Amino acid sequence: MAHYKLQINGHFYETDVEQDTPLLWVLRDHLGLVGTKYGCGIAQCGACTVHLNSAAVRSCSLPISAVGTKSVVTIEGLSEKGDHPLQAAWNEVDVAQCGYCQAGQIMTAAALLKKNPKPTSEQVDAALNGNICRCGTYHRIREAVLLASTKS
Amino acid sequence: MTVLSKTTRRDFLKLAAAAGGGLVLGFHWESVNAASIQVIDEASLLAGDINFNSYLSISPDNVITIFSPNPELGQNIKTSFPMIVAEELDADWSKVKVVQAPLDTKKYERQLTGGSGAIPHSWERLRKAGATARQMLLEAAAKKLNISTTSLTVNNGIVNHAESGKSFSYGELATDASAIAVPTDVKLKDKKDFKLIGTAVKNVDNQQMITGKPLYGLDFYREGMLFAMIQRPFAYGTKIKSVDSAAAKAMPGIVDVVQFRNNVAVVGKSTWAVLKARKVVKIEYEPEGSASLESSSDHDKFFKDLLESKDTVVKRKDGDVETAFAKAAKIIKREYQCPFLPHNPMEPMNFFAHVRTDGVELVGPTQTPDFARNEVAKLLSIAPDKITLELTRLGGGFGRRLKADYVVEAAELSSIIKAPVKVIWTREDDMTGGSYRPAVRYRFEAALDAGNNLIGYKLRGVGINSGNPTREDNFPSGAVDNLLIDSVEYKSPITTGAWRAPITNFLAYAEQAFLDEVATSANQDPIQFRLSLLEKAKKTPTGAIKYDVDRMKAVIELAAEKSQWGKKKNISQGFSVYFSHRSYVAQVAEIEIKNSKPSLQKIIVAADCGIVVNLSGAHQQIRGGVVDGLGHAMFSSLSFKEGVPEQKNFNTYRLIRLKEVPEIDVHFVNNGIDPTGLGEPALPPTGGAVANALFKATGKRLYNQPFITQAGLEGVTLGVKG
Repeated sequence: MAHYKLQINGHFYETDVEQDTPLLWVLRDHLGLVGTKYGCGIAQCGACTVHLNSAAVRSCSLPISAVGTKSVVTIEGLSEKGDHPLQAAWNEVDVAQCGYCQAGQIMTAAALLKKNPKPTSEQVDAALNGNICRCGTYHRIREAVLLASTKS
Repeated sequence: MTVLSKTTRRDFLKLAAAAGGGLVLGFHWESVNAASIQVIDEASLLAGDINFNSYLSISPDNVITIFSPNPELGQNIKTSFPMIVAEELDADWSKVKVVQAPLDTKKYERQLTGGSGAIPHSWERLRKAGATARQMLLEAAAKKLNISTTSLTVNNGIVNHAESGKSFSYGELATDASAIAVPTDVKLKDKKDFKLIGTAVKNVDNQQMITGKPLYGLDFYREGMLFAMIQRPFAYGTKIKSVDSAAAKAMPGIVDVVQFRNNVAVVGKSTWAVLKARKVVKIEYEPEGSASLESSSDHDKFFKDLLESKDTVVKRKDGDVETAFAKAAKIIKREYQCPFLPHNPMEPMNFFAHVRTDGVELVGPTQTPDFARNEVAKLLSIAPDKITLELTRLGGGFGRRLKADYVVEAAELSSIIKAPVKVIWTREDDMTGGSYRPAVRYRFEAALDAGNNLIGYKLRGVGINSGNPTREDNFPSGAVDNLLIDSVEYKSPITTGAWRAPITNFLAYAEQAFLDEVATSANQDPIQFRLSLLEKAKKTPTGAIKYDVDRMKAVIELAAEKSQWGKKKNISQGFSVYFSHRSYVAQVAEIEIKNSKPSLQKIIVAADCGIVVNLSGAHQQIRGGVVDGLGHAMFSSLSFKEGVPEQKNFNTYRLIRLKEVPEIDVHFVNNGIDPTGLGEPALPPTGGAVANALFKATGKRLYNQPFITQAGLEGVTLGVKG
């Protein structure tokens, strides 16, 4: 057990957990931030995607001991009022079906737009190919990312 | 329009009554036999002893609340059901709140999600509920003004009296309306006057989903709750011989390790503690009775034997099939096989249970809350009304959550450890935990006469725990004079269950690929071939016809028109059509050669689901169904080695991804027929359309799924960028 001071969504959180606990389970079980989802546990589906110093990472495979002082952003902290251009586009395009994977999709897309504000359709596909949507909302995911890129 | 999700029934009832006055109507969403619509007063609302599964409440401050009892798993029912009520009510949709209901009343009927049946079952009832409230509000206004209701008009929740220039919001009329006798013969709208139905309405839960709110079963946490994972036998056909849990029990954060039935549950204070500890539990297994430890190669052999079995169950027999085949000029005989498939909803199975001495609390995602509660009641030998079940949003279902195994297991564990516990399945547990789409093999035979007419047709379906896999009354039954359909089932320890579009998810592909090959042999265009058969079914039917010939013909013609069938240069088109779950869907897949390799570019879909309720949701049901059908036909397979599933997670089990989806062009027939369901019907035709297009592009016929492992398909790419 070790003590961690984490910077998440602009706030500081403190917690005592085993060093090898993945960030995903620290967020969900210990800090009550459940917007980040468990899908596979082996970084294959993208449901657990968060930002670590602005880069998209799979929180299911990132031990808490590796987070250090880096800033973490989860879906809860992507925008204050839930109105990030991607969130607005997700509503506008009416993307979600079951919705379970969508936080991970949005976080992956947000990291892409930060690096590349005007991606091509091919670049969107490449960036989000690691995120599985079992309902098959892929067309709308692509459409929403491209829509958001015109507004940010 | 706002949404409240995780509400207990009591909270809802308070909410409905809190406004003080207003109108609250109790009604049933789906029950045909239940009590008719009633006005509910505040006292009986709060007493909570009313047997309605839905309520429509209009508060004096003009908030309209609709109570949604059905499980929501992405089929968008939580949006489309209230739309139907609001349509007949002529409500202002922006003032409508949708509240998810817990399972708590005694007289539920069909509070489940499965079979694409929710809207077909509920359509009339929902319309009637909205129309009844509207009529009562109109009567209240007429009474106020001392005039007849016929001089009133309604627009967006405002009642207008043109003559006096007076108008009232529904809220202003709600309390008076609650004193009006409930009319029993309300007039429903003429369908051509629908304003909301048929438009694209956004999912009522969008904002919650895209901001990460706790909506799903796995998101449920309670102070003092324990976490558990269960090790089930690794191999089907085995049982526990011995368990050594000493090392696991000594790990930090572990509360207990308990064995029940063939399960070893590791219980602890966090998900990670439990995940780590389960890895050090040592369990020895032994064969269960005489069960064999089956491998996929064994299944291949069983199928070959079963196809020759004399012990078949005849499902449909028309005319004299043996004579027809004996005199045939040409016989085409082909076999098709599919593997087992796990459902893989993105949210793995999970459930919270707290078994107390005075009752049981269950919280989680299920497609069948009523069934799950009854199964738990049976297990614990208690009355179902001692159990509350709070339904969360479902992170996908695809049929897996029709079963109650994971609910019962959580309740049993809670009763053993006497504590509130959330049982979590890892992806590996979910993928290896059974209830699969059964592996099936079909043999089709067609007899053509010298004029290339289809004079005989045989289908034998053999499956592993598949039930009856033949859907014997579907097309082309009725269009062939001499026909024999039979099936044989093999009982295996591997568990199977309903998987989105049960049976037809593969049968449609096999049949449509076969008919394509028969049409080619008969030197006929594949679409014309089917249309001729339909013509025959219409004019001179053989036996019972249980599909609507005209509706099937209409989707075929719409798909042909929208795809410019046969008119496109350098594009290989493949056709497929299928009737399932009361709806009709035809598809044309288009393959182009890119960089000298075939690439699936587009699928054109023509669907007849009757009236489209929510255009946005309906489009996505079609596209999602096609993506589901395409992905699994192309890539997915669960194989076994000595009873153990060989694929356990997404690194070895392939699901379709963003880059691989082709353009999907959706068209609705929209014939004004009452809605007939859309959660499943778009999936079955996809594999056939794609296989038939691949044949045109490559000359290679596909007989087994997944396609990607079949010889001759090397280099095939999917997606518009392929």
